[in-house]
Amino acid sequence: MLEECTVAEALKLLGKKEISALELTEAALHRVEAVDERIKAFVTVTRNEALATAALVDAKRLSGEEMPPLAGIPMALKDNMCTKGVLTTCSSKILDNFKPPYDATVVELLRDAGTVLLGKTNLDEFAMGSSTENSALFTTRNPWDVERVPGGSSGGSAAAVAADEVCFALGSDTGGSIRQPAAFCGVVGLKPTYGRVSRYGLIAFASSLDQIGPFTKDIWDCALVMNAIAGYDSRDTTSVPLASPDYTAQLLGGVKGLRIGVPKEYFAAGIDRDVRNAVQKALNVLVALGAEAEEISLPHTDYGIPVYYLIAPAEASSNLARYDGVQYGYRAEADNLLEMYKKTRSQGFGSEVKRRIMLGTYALSSGYYDAYYLKALKVRTLIKQDFDEAFKKFDLILTPTAPSTAFPVGTVEDPLTMYLNDICTIPVNLAGLPALSMPCGFVNNLPVGLQLIGKPFAEATILQAAYAYEQHSGLAKKKPVLSGKGVPKDE
Amino acid sequence: MSKYATVIGLEVHIELATASKIFCSCPTEFGKEPNTHVCPVCLGLPGSLPVLNRRVVEFAIKAGLALNCEIPRFAKFDRKNYFYPDLPKAYQISQYDLPLAVSGYLEFALNGETKRVGITRVHIEEDAGKLVHGDFADYSLADYNRTGVPLIEIVSEPDLRSPEEAKAYLEKLKSVIQYTGISDVKMEEGSLRCDANVSIMPAGSKEFGTRSEIKNMNSFKAVQRGLVYEVDRQKEVLEAGGKVVQETRRWDEHKGITFSMRSKEEAHDYRYFPDPDLVPIIVEHDWVEEIRQSLPEMPDARRTRYVSEWGLPEYDAAVITASKAMSDFFEATLAEYHDAKAVANSLMGEILKYLNAHGIEIHQTRLTPSHLAELLKLQTDGTISGKIAKTVFEEMFSSGKKPAEIVKEQGLVQISDKDAIAAIVEQVITDNPKSVEDFKAGTEKAIGFLVGQVMKISKGRANPEMVNQLLREKLR
Repeated sequence: MLEECTVAEALKLLGKKEISALELTEAALHRVEAVDERIKAFVTVTRNEALATAALVDAKRLSGEEMPPLAGIPMALKDNMCTKGVLTTCSSKILDNFKPPYDATVVELLRDAGTVLLGKTNLDEFAMGSSTENSALFTTRNPWDVERVPGGSSGGSAAAVAADEVCFALGSDTGGSIRQPAAFCGVVGLKPTYGRVSRYGLIAFASSLDQIGPFTKDIWDCALVMNAIAGYDSRDTTSVPLASPDYTAQLLGGVKGLRIGVPKEYFAAGIDRDVRNAVQKALNVLVALGAEAEEISLPHTDYGIPVYYLIAPAEASSNLARYDGVQYGYRAEADNLLEMYKKTRSQGFGSEVKRRIMLGTYALSSGYYDAYYLKALKVRTLIKQDFDEAFKKFDLILTPTAPSTAFPVGTVEDPLTMYLNDICTIPVNLAGLPALSMPCGFVNNLPVGLQLIGKPFAEATILQAAYAYEQHSGLAKKKPVLSGKGVPKDE
Repeated sequence: MSKYATVIGLEVHIELATASKIFCSCPTEFGKEPNTHVCPVCLGLPGSLPVLNRRVVEFAIKAGLALNCEIPRFAKFDRKNYFYPDLPKAYQISQYDLPLAVSGYLEFALNGETKRVGITRVHIEEDAGKLVHGDFADYSLADYNRTGVPLIEIVSEPDLRSPEEAKAYLEKLKSVIQYTGISDVKMEEGSLRCDANVSIMPAGSKEFGTRSEIKNMNSFKAVQRGLVYEVDRQKEVLEAGGKVVQETRRWDEHKGITFSMRSKEEAHDYRYFPDPDLVPIIVEHDWVEEIRQSLPEMPDARRTRYVSEWGLPEYDAAVITASKAMSDFFEATLAEYHDAKAVANSLMGEILKYLNAHGIEIHQTRLTPSHLAELLKLQTDGTISGKIAKTVFEEMFSSGKKPAEIVKEQGLVQISDKDAIAAIVEQVITDNPKSVEDFKAGTEKAIGFLVGQVMKISKGRANPEMVNQLLREKLR
């Protein structure tokens, strides 16, 4: 069952020449063929390119060349990262024919690392949503229960990894879009510190919050992928000129003496009781392993969602203005320029995107700017200061990732209720901090996510604690059982 | 005295002469095939990010310092949001509340008086593209080569009191910017563009009237004409008992009028906000000082020096220093020829006449300072006359040859041989008995005619002083 391999396992097999990169890629493609009809993780499968890349890797291996660190590993990218000559849709009608003429920095880095791009994954249109139901193409399904959502917005990437369609995938996280789907799908998802991974080529939703990060099957893999994608990029001036460490170096360090803050606001009434219990148990494990835990308060937590829903839409309203039908993408027929703009954007964007563009436009309007946008920036600073204060005493902050487990498709219709899904993840983006979600238990056979938040650029510390917990819990090995049409159970 | 006082403030956009664009490495070169100097960044493609060109900041600070501005330590970029097909991101990256330079001034002379105009700010921004509309086509084409070319916007205080002052301010601004070397400042080629805010108020009033903003004035002359028209228009509105409305108006060069583009109600809400893709600019004091040191001598300083050091009349000094190219030429010539006034006369006479006639600057001709110095030397040592010098000038402009060569080739050497001249003088006296008689009878000006005849026969080469002297001797 080659497709079940983690990155590290596959690298080992490749290294021992027990398998070829082509076999690994074929296994992944076979898996996609077998299950994606039900999971619907992929917007585009780059089958031929993947096979060609894998063959090239094998040729190099045979010639005895030194191989890059992730040579031959099949992976997928959220469809909001630009891939040269490969459709990049943002799961939007307005970009449904868009083939970028350039590669995002992470795409270059992963290519240099030797990975094999298997395809592009589904998302909520322009990464706006928490369920992939806002995709203009289709809704991705949760491998643990295909009647349920995979979370979002990076639902396609999370589901693809959970369903063993790829070894790892990249997502982007603006308010929880890596961590919440990681929690719903029972995989590891890391949102690095803002500025740790280049945003060049990531189609912007909210520039001051967006960050690319990995979805993996376990913590070790997360460290391996971070090694490939983290670092300064001169094409992104918001990336930080700071050397990135070897993220695997600290993994075995254990949690002895690590101080963990547990903010009471994240265990409040809005959080499902079973979720709270699972997270509490995980905390107990960490304490048993030698960590020190203490309840803390992050008093401005409640303002996270309102602040986010001013800042993110404000930036989005400007970032998405370029989709005007002039240069690329969808263009509606019209008699004059103004009408062309109106029709193109009315027809090209889905309702959630339009809602946020309107919210953001309003928040930036003259006469309202100070009351909304400027005020939100100030409260954002307060939220960040809460964390700064906490991190004076603690190494990590532990919370649930999402208030519930995955919900059934089509059941959350009210946008405000949907927004509450990100209540535990949004403050982290506002503060620019790194945070990871990993499985910490199951409720009714649905995974529960544990969130570990770290100091700026302390991804290694998060991974160290996460690895210790994972070794103890053994949850990384737990796989969804995919049954039904076209899904061979024991391949 | 007029019943009304005029109040004008100018917003001037100047294209910076950096080799690459403001946020990417595409060349800024002008006049290439459409959409060849473009990349994902200046095309505003999804996912692309701007990276600031440090040189642009340096140039803007240079402009700020040349305009006596303060350079704040902290500056940032903002997005100006509006839809137009020449703007690929649907926002322009500009600076809103924290520009690179603030609170400066510019002085210029007009009618013998020095006027000081406040400079509110200097900020940097990116240029938009160019739309090409076919004459009979039902579509337009977009050329994004210019998109992302760096601009500075220089905003003046509403300190100008007449269209004439506005024009003088612009001329001086152009001169100062030209000296800094950050732009070639050619209004006709679009590297200098100007919008004006204009209002009038009752003479003696302290409260400004309602202003209109005038766009599309594309030459210094157009600025003055446009402003004269607009001031008169506003007067007529008030005289007729009406009110001037706040609006944006466009100057129509052909019709010679301004017309309303949009009212205050229709004004854009640009929804400025800090650009989250660009980190703020921290301008270190040492860098500012370094840039200050690199500033060349400015026109005012040169003008003063020309008067004190070279003894030039104030007027000459002002004319020569107005253009950096001219002023540099002057100094280079002086390195090889001692008489500043003679050099100034040449520059302001034959040379300026030629430049104006051809609409070019001195460095665009084939004339060099060495050649001018050589020509002046040929005059001083009597090899050629002033009259012949004019002929030589023409040839120097067109062929770029050395003056000595031209003189030799065309046989223009002045005839200073007394016998040769005497022979011609004899002949002229014989041929013009009437004039000779007139002169002898006391009609002094008759000698002018006789001198002219000698020059004519010698094809202008006879030394005029010697001609004059010999004639008088013979007729005594």
